[in-house]
Amino acid sequence: MYRYDEFDQRIVDERVAQFRDQTRRFIAGELTEDEFRPLRLQNGLYIQKHAPMLRIAIPYGLLTTVQLRTLAHLSRKYDRGYGHFTTRQNLQLNWPRLEDVPEILGELAQVQMHAIQTSGNCVRNITSDPLAGVSGDEIIDPRPWAELVRQWSTLNPEFAFLPRKFKIAVTGATNDRTAALVHDIGAQAVRNEAGKSGFRIFVGGGQGRTPMIGYVIREFLPAAELLNYFDAILRVYNRHGRRDNIYKARVKILVKELTQAEFTRQVEAEWEHLKEGPGTVPHEEIARLAAHFADPPYRDFPRDSVAYRAAIADSRPFARWADRNVRAHKRRGYAIVTLSLKRTGTPPGDVSASEMEAIATLADRFSFGEVRVTHEQNLVFADVLQSDLHALWTKLKTLGFATPNIGLLTDIICCPGGDFCSLANAKSIPIAEAIQRRFDDLDYLYDLGDLELNISGCMNACGHHHVGHIGVLGVDKNGEEWYQVSVGGAQGNDASLGKVIGPSFAAADMPDVIVHLIDVYVERRHPDERFIDTVRRLGLEPFKERVYATAH
Amino acid sequence: MPPLIKDRVVVEDRWTLLRDAKSLADVPSSVAVIVPLSLWRTERAALLTRGDVGVWLAPTDDPAALADDIAELPLVAVDFPKFTDGRGYSIARLLRDRHGFRGELRAIGDVLRDQLFALSQCGFDAFALRADRDATEALASFDDFQGVYTSTTKTREPWFRRRAPS
Repeated sequence: MYRYDEFDQRIVDERVAQFRDQTRRFIAGELTEDEFRPLRLQNGLYIQKHAPMLRIAIPYGLLTTVQLRTLAHLSRKYDRGYGHFTTRQNLQLNWPRLEDVPEILGELAQVQMHAIQTSGNCVRNITSDPLAGVSGDEIIDPRPWAELVRQWSTLNPEFAFLPRKFKIAVTGATNDRTAALVHDIGAQAVRNEAGKSGFRIFVGGGQGRTPMIGYVIREFLPAAELLNYFDAILRVYNRHGRRDNIYKARVKILVKELTQAEFTRQVEAEWEHLKEGPGTVPHEEIARLAAHFADPPYRDFPRDSVAYRAAIADSRPFARWADRNVRAHKRRGYAIVTLSLKRTGTPPGDVSASEMEAIATLADRFSFGEVRVTHEQNLVFADVLQSDLHALWTKLKTLGFATPNIGLLTDIICCPGGDFCSLANAKSIPIAEAIQRRFDDLDYLYDLGDLELNISGCMNACGHHHVGHIGVLGVDKNGEEWYQVSVGGAQGNDASLGKVIGPSFAAADMPDVIVHLIDVYVERRHPDERFIDTVRRLGLEPFKERVYATAH
Repeated sequence: MPPLIKDRVVVEDRWTLLRDAKSLADVPSSVAVIVPLSLWRTERAALLTRGDVGVWLAPTDDPAALADDIAELPLVAVDFPKFTDGRGYSIARLLRDRHGFRGELRAIGDVLRDQLFALSQCGFDAFALRADRDATEALASFDDFQGVYTSTTKTREPWFRRRAPS
């Protein structure tokens, strides 16, 4: 876990003081709403439907239990006693008062947290792999690099006012778990033929109104050049990205309008000037950052836990949970546990203050006092002893975080939607809940296997509907809420964008629509074939036919 | 005349900004003038003979257009039609870092105190604050931060090259 030094601390403290004064001037009428808006957005503060919303940065999804307890405390003191984990690994408070926000930021700074650049037209929170440092498929640990990029992007003066938001994901593993291909920049660690480590750089991905998969702008970038190359991309984008239309202002549109070849040429030409310059990352700096993410004091085990194996054999519910919510760890005798924030009846990603505290207590006992946030809106305990899994499961069950549905249909990614968000065209949380209620048979869900269902309340796509195997998008038709359904989207190495199956549906029809899609899959799947693979093999037609044949 | 901050001091501005000058006829004599890039391109020789001339760039202008004139120009201004238009930050960095401009680099247009710190990091040393704002009050914003992590025009070495070894 990265620990601030004096310089890091000073920056967040200065930022709090700056925003405190800006808020004061706004309330005093010295700053207009238009002048204050970009300033508050770059401190994570939206004005929402019912109240302001504050988005707190959780850099690359890593939290200490001290920080998690502070989030619990803040949600209780300044909000309504809960928070919402987002698809970019952040936490949102939905009900703070504007005049309290400087105080909230001040308290965050005391535990080395902030809300810097979690919104606005700037480089946003850096996201990364929630399994960093513990998965078996890692080429390099992305955390030191993600922290390096966090520092580079924080208050980067040249890129303070980009044409539009800019999202960066850094991953160090063979299997992408960051949705890197739908980020403005995705940096994926690779080794070249000579064995040197570097990054494959994707650019121009993104969801929203014009979804696109990023393209490879550079197959191999020497790791030390990462920031120079980012500077080159951002400079080309800052100068030439469109500013006349916010719907055409993301870098993906610039790439499209220039062509990939021309965008690449401009970036490479810019990089020629920056290469080996002051932004080149010295080995010592990465070593310094890496020291912050050293392994916890693991114990050595000659074999996997016998007690764990026995417990699996002994209890079907535990075996289910172990199968869905527990992953292999790079160290023998340890396991990675996902806490499901997707129990039916609670909005996906929502956690109450007392639950945060209970989770912190468990993380202290079972996982070296650290918690990670996934972009699927779940939490991860990265370093659990296999011999502790049964005890942890028992406690998580009591808390309601042991729903054995990770990667299953009910593990729904869902934005706050029309219940909270002023951008939304339609509600998303009640749709998620209605689908979860319809698919309440665990055996059936388990049989369906890996299936990602993502719901967004508007085309901004916070609920990542474009990359859901099944995607649901809330749309507005003459003041009524309707839902457009797509299939065939996927995140990861073979990311793809879902295709809309046809006209949209009323909210009440949505569970039936999902049932029809699933029925086609169940009837036509090959043995061990995932839903997404069946869709890719069969195409849209059979799914369309079933849904629209029965819809009337 | 908008309040001018130069090197963190509020000063009298001796330059006249000519936003719309299209020909030499639009350029008054005997005052220092800042002309649009378009006029500079067509009347470069005459303007150089005249002296006391600076050039202002719009966000869409390419700073490379001044690459050969850097040594001749005492002042280059960069326009911010809206303070949220961030193109001028990159233009400033290119003028300073790539083309080696050492004269006065002035931010003009919708220039507000909350942007002064970032602008100064990118190489601006003069700020024609929007006319309705108090320049003296704005001076405090230069000290909003003691520094940032990344390499900037003002501080070429990023923090990771300046920090003491741990």
